[in-house]
Order: sequence, then structure tokens, then C-alpha cells
Amino acid sequence: MAPFGYAGDAGVATLIGLAFGIVLERSGFGDSRILTAQFYLHNMRVLKVMFTAIVTASLLLALGHGLGLVDLAGIWVPPTHLWPGLLGGFLLGVGFLVGGYCPGTSLVASATLKLDGLAFVGGLVLGIVAFNAATPALLDFWEHSGHLGRVTLMDATGLSTGAIVLGVVVLALSAFWVAGRVERAARRRRRGPVPSGGRLT
Amino acid sequence: MIDDRAYWNPYVAGVMLGLVLFAAFVLTGGGLGGSGGLARVTSELTAAVAPAYVRTHPTLAAQVGGANAAWGHPMVFMTLGVLAGGFLSGLLAGRLKVETRRGPQLSAARRVGFAVVGGIIAGFAARLARGCTSGQALTGGATLSLGSWIFMGFVFFAAYVLAYPLRRLWN
Repeated sequence: MAPFGYAGDAGVATLIGLAFGIVLERSGFGDSRILTAQFYLHNMRVLKVMFTAIVTASLLLALGHGLGLVDLAGIWVPPTHLWPGLLGGFLLGVGFLVGGYCPGTSLVASATLKLDGLAFVGGLVLGIVAFNAATPALLDFWEHSGHLGRVTLMDATGLSTGAIVLGVVVLALSAFWVAGRVERAARRRRRGPVPSGGRLT
Repeated sequence: MIDDRAYWNPYVAGVMLGLVLFAAFVLTGGGLGGSGGLARVTSELTAAVAPAYVRTHPTLAAQVGGANAAWGHPMVFMTLGVLAGGFLSGLLAGRLKVETRRGPQLSAARRVGFAVVGGIIAGFAARLARGCTSGQALTGGATLSLGSWIFMGFVFFAAYVLAYPLRRLWN
């Protein structure tokens, strides 16, 4: 598919990437300490930014569809491969906490000259090479295990798109309320010096 | 020094990220990606080093050379854009500085070692799951994909499970 022609697609992808990189950097996601603070509860930017982004984009998609401006059938939905996705998600969480980044954020850290970010990107390449080497052995599991295809939360529950989007919004607002309380409590408990004498406020 | 106030308000940042994500859907029909471009480049580099290995590989063979070459793949351009955007934003904010971000108890050398190990695990994981926090969690989260929401749940689950045993890395 090349809606803008070959060079046009490359240009659009570059511009989207540019905006993505700027937003990630301004979110504080080029700093592994801020990213991992999510899991030590004293700074929940990861949850707030991600969940707000998901709510914003899904509301706009639903709205655009309702107004007849966006054809949802033309939007790519990542297909569900249940077990590889579940195991991959678990391992990505392990890599995140051990390495301090996820792939996209490590690119931003590298672009701002963070040596831990560059090391993580180097690791990513090695991990991709390792997966490629393991592909012949994993192929059957990777392609067929729990392969359900294009399944949305609407398909899975039988609920309407509106009901699911509303549910996601309510879930997000509840998560933000809980995150705010947990964050404040965790910060009160943290009395020791924070890295380089700085304090998360 | 971590100064949370140096960055955008997280909810403002989230709306901005959501707008970028929506723009990606409208303009390309697909979402965002953080690991796909790197995987494509890795495929090409592998093909350059070991062409015979790639020709007989079940998934790599179709990914390299000709019309499929990484150098023309939109994901690769998106990755270049992310690097450029991160660089530009860091430059304008005065955050362009060679340093190693690490927990207070960890030496820079050990931090780099853990970053490599974490990167290896994450690189393997992102291929296994067919995407990472960008291609699965954000893209599939917004399009309400069942598998992507399960993926996202397990990313957070794993990191919370490991947070206590690995607390010396970050505290």
C-alpha cells in the first residue's frame, strides 16, 4: 500500500516519526529513571501519558467514524496471536525493568546521547538477531499458537464500539485518580536522596 | 538531576501523543512503531553478512532486497524520524548531553551492562510479540485489539513483579 506514492510514504513516515520522537522526549521518556519510576510508584508518567494517548486516539477514531470521515475497516488492527503476544509482553516487561527502556524510548535516549540508551539499542539488535536465529524452531508456535486474527475488544465481548470506548475512558479516569494517590503516598515515603541529589516533584 | 517539571504535563503530553497516533492512522492506515524499523535494518545487515542464511530463512527471505528493502520501508523512515525528533527536542531543551542515566547505587559501567541485557530481552520480545510498546500497546490499544490489550497487561505485570527483586537497580 502506498497512498502517497513511494517517496510520499517515506516522507509521511518520517514526519510522523519526527513528531513521535519530539513528544516522547518532552514526555520525559528519554530518561530511564522516569520510565522505571512507574514501577516504584513515585512517578507514574508512563501510565498517564500512554493511557491518555490511547483514549485520545480511540475517541478521535470513534468520532471520525461517527462523522463518516474515517473508515475503520481501513485502519490496521494488530492481529491477536494470543500466546506469543502474552509471552512477548511478559519478556518486554522484563527487558524494560532490567534495561530501563522500551524500544521507542531507547531511540530517543540515544538521540540525546544517553549511553544507557545506546547500549539498550545495541542490545535490541542482538535480541532481534537472536529471535531470527530461533525463528525456525519457534515458527509453528509464533504463527499458529492462539492465532485469532483481527479480534477487537468489541468482538471479544459482543459490546458496541461506543460501550467499549466509554469503558476505556472510565478505566483511564479511574487509573489516573488511583495513580495520583499512589504517587503522592510513595513520594511521602521516599526520604532518601534521589539520584544526583534531585528530587522528583 | 531528575526534574519532573522540566517536561510537559503528562496529560498534555498524552493528548499530543494521541494526536500523533491518530494522524498516523489517518495518513498511513497503520499506527506507530518503535522496533520494526530496527528489525528491518537488522535483516538487511544480516543479509549483507550472511546472504545464504537469509535466502533460506523462513521469515527474513521475504524481507530483504528489491522492493522490500529496508532502505525503502516506511518503518525505517519512522525510526529515523524518531531519532531526529528526539535529537531536536533534546537540543532545544538543553538535554543533549553525553551521560548515563542510572539508579543511585549502580556504577555507569554496570548500568550499561544491564541496558545491553535488557535490550537483548526486549529485542527478542518485540519480535516474538510482533511489536513493542509503540506497535502493540499504543497502536493496538487505540484500535481496541484484544491481543494488544493482553500484551500491554503482561508488560506491566512483568515489570511490577520484577520491581521488588530488582529494586537496587533503580533506587
